[in-house]
Amino acid sequence: MTATVPNTHILSVLVQNKPGVLARIAGLISRRGYNIESLAVGPTESPEMSRITLQVNVEEVILEQIIKQLNKLIEVLKIVELEESAIRRELILVKVRATAETRGQLIEIIGLFGAKAVDLTAEVITVEATGSPAKLTALLQLFEPYGIRELVQSGLVALGRGNRSLTDRNQRSERLKPVRTG
Amino acid sequence: MSENERADELTGAQSLVRSLERVGADVVFGIPGGAILPAYDPLFDSEKVRHILVRHEQGAGHAAEGYATATGKVGVCMATSGPGATNLVTPIADAHMDSVPIVAITGQVGSAAIGTDAFQEADIRGITMPITKHSYLITKPGDIAAAIAGAFHIAGTGRPGPVLVDITKDALQAKTRFEWPRQLDLPGYRPVSRPHSKQVREAGRLIAESRRPVLYVGGGVVKARAWSELKELAELTGIPVVTTLMARGVFPDSHPQNMGMPGMHGTVAAVGALQRSDLLIALGTRFDDRVTGQLSTFAPLAKVIHADIDPAEISKNRVADVPIVGDCKEVISELIGLLRPAERRPNVDEWRRYLQDLKRRYPTGYDEPADGSLSPQYVIKRIGEITGPDAYYAAGVGQHQMWASHYLPWELPGRWLNSGGLGTMGYCVPAAMGAKVGQPDKIVWGVDGDGCFQMTNQELATCALEGIPIKIGVINNQSLGMVRQWQTLFYQGRYSNTDLNTHRIPDFPKLAEAMGCVGLRAEEPADVDAVIEKANSINDVPVVVDFVVHKDAMVWPMVAAGTSNDDIKVARDMAPAWDEEEL
Repeated sequence: MTATVPNTHILSVLVQNKPGVLARIAGLISRRGYNIESLAVGPTESPEMSRITLQVNVEEVILEQIIKQLNKLIEVLKIVELEESAIRRELILVKVRATAETRGQLIEIIGLFGAKAVDLTAEVITVEATGSPAKLTALLQLFEPYGIRELVQSGLVALGRGNRSLTDRNQRSERLKPVRTG
Repeated sequence: MSENERADELTGAQSLVRSLERVGADVVFGIPGGAILPAYDPLFDSEKVRHILVRHEQGAGHAAEGYATATGKVGVCMATSGPGATNLVTPIADAHMDSVPIVAITGQVGSAAIGTDAFQEADIRGITMPITKHSYLITKPGDIAAAIAGAFHIAGTGRPGPVLVDITKDALQAKTRFEWPRQLDLPGYRPVSRPHSKQVREAGRLIAESRRPVLYVGGGVVKARAWSELKELAELTGIPVVTTLMARGVFPDSHPQNMGMPGMHGTVAAVGALQRSDLLIALGTRFDDRVTGQLSTFAPLAKVIHADIDPAEISKNRVADVPIVGDCKEVISELIGLLRPAERRPNVDEWRRYLQDLKRRYPTGYDEPADGSLSPQYVIKRIGEITGPDAYYAAGVGQHQMWASHYLPWELPGRWLNSGGLGTMGYCVPAAMGAKVGQPDKIVWGVDGDGCFQMTNQELATCALEGIPIKIGVINNQSLGMVRQWQTLFYQGRYSNTDLNTHRIPDFPKLAEAMGCVGLRAEEPADVDAVIEKANSINDVPVVVDFVVHKDAMVWPMVAAGTSNDDIKVARDMAPAWDEEEL
């Protein structure tokens, strides 16, 4: 869980959907000693591309290096740093200890946070929640006293606001290069 | 791939060889083995591609580097899966550090066996990911042609570098249609060669205002083949030049504006020029720690114009005041146009006088050993003087490499092959072999150390059998000289494991003769010229000369690791006097 701190940057990295791309990116970040807070990867509206959301906590100079080094990877198509106003979401699944006495209170909390109870046993309630990192941190703090049995959390995904789309460019017409022959 | 040429049925292996022919690869250095075996069958028939059978895959990789460096083309090496491929790791890392365009083709176990720890399986793409510009794992025969076309394009354009193409055995064996791509689909690869004119104008403004500018020139200017432009810019403006280890020869050493090599073993004039400069015009160079010394005290008074084709180099180590992304040939040409009017050029007369004085007072020199034994610097100097500047010179890594950089005649560009970034001992012999294959009509000398030579000398057998008559001068000080020098200076002379006892074991001339070469030896100053002349007169077989030299010679000047360039010593405990009152 990461609250927004001054040096937190979110990078959206559009990559070609080819085997090994994630290994290249993860390897680059680790060998150059950059610290990442979170990394999420998944398909996009185009089957040829995947989108990686990277959350890093570094100074501007290092951020510039990360972007430049990532851009050198042949399969990286585009990198954009998302602005402060971008929509940021994480998903958590969490098992909270719930007895007959506490279950009602928990369901109230779940309702207030717009979360969902997805499984229920005599001892445990499993909750699915999405939201900004700050909201999920707050939710987990409320669950804490009841006892968190198990927690799994996705990496952060984020999207800039407004009409524009990251995939607008990179049309086929402008990317083909003539091949050299010796 | 929109339009394709007429398709023919052939195997993946045939498609590979046809692709190599199509892309203009005329030489491949390699060794066959199980997984790459299918490729060797059609290669046997190729009339356009010459395969040179090396004795170790590392030799194939460095030979490809040597070939690429001497010709400006992309070098090619080939190996089988597993150990064949892992033996290429060192030269691939070397090419990555020094931006040498090579394509490494490796066989891989059958695609169904990948991940099963099969015999001779190694994840070479994974292993080399951090040290390649790009890499491919090809499992379908139909993908081979596009991968080869893409690999050569990526290796040779932008900032050059190594590209690996790993091909599974079943992809080589299966039938496919040969489809040579007319276009490459590389949407994420857009090297910028044309500099931004606003940035160039800003650079021009800083140059005009400067009083103590320096052209800090690196290997990128050699790669961009921009030596004529550099000379024109230097002579137009009168700005002093320093050439890094990778750039030796790109600007003539005899030119009065050349202050020599900067860095840990740089000349006093070059180091002094950078430290006292008010403007570094850094061209195709990367502010390596061996040049800057302690970064916080490097060129403390200088603003920085940094031009490089790789944007990630700019402001990586030293923040640039004016960053310029572009090919050095274009950047320098634009600067020339901008600085042509006399009023836009700086007045550097006083600065030049100061540096000329430093250069005169602190030339790189050495003392002859008192006991009359051979000094390594003298040997290297004579090799250069007798052979001349039009030869190609390769070096290994260590003291002899630094002396080669200081004492060989660097008058012509692109004649110098050495392992600058990775510092690979064993580079010399195979790199010299590759250079000679690329420049068969030129003399190629390898200046090697006795430590380095024992790492890769088996390629002399390759040279003897393939008709590649290189000349290797082994600067034999019977020790790992550079490490020994550090032990002398920083470990109280405790020579832990640096004495190779190379006096006659091995006997280098005998070893050379065993491999079909001519073996010669020089032990006294009086022998030196005669053996060099003899070596130069032999043009049909390789020659090895064992120069038995004094082991206590040290490389000076020196900036101790991690200290400031201001603390350069011209000899042990001897600092230069800077006399800068007049500036």
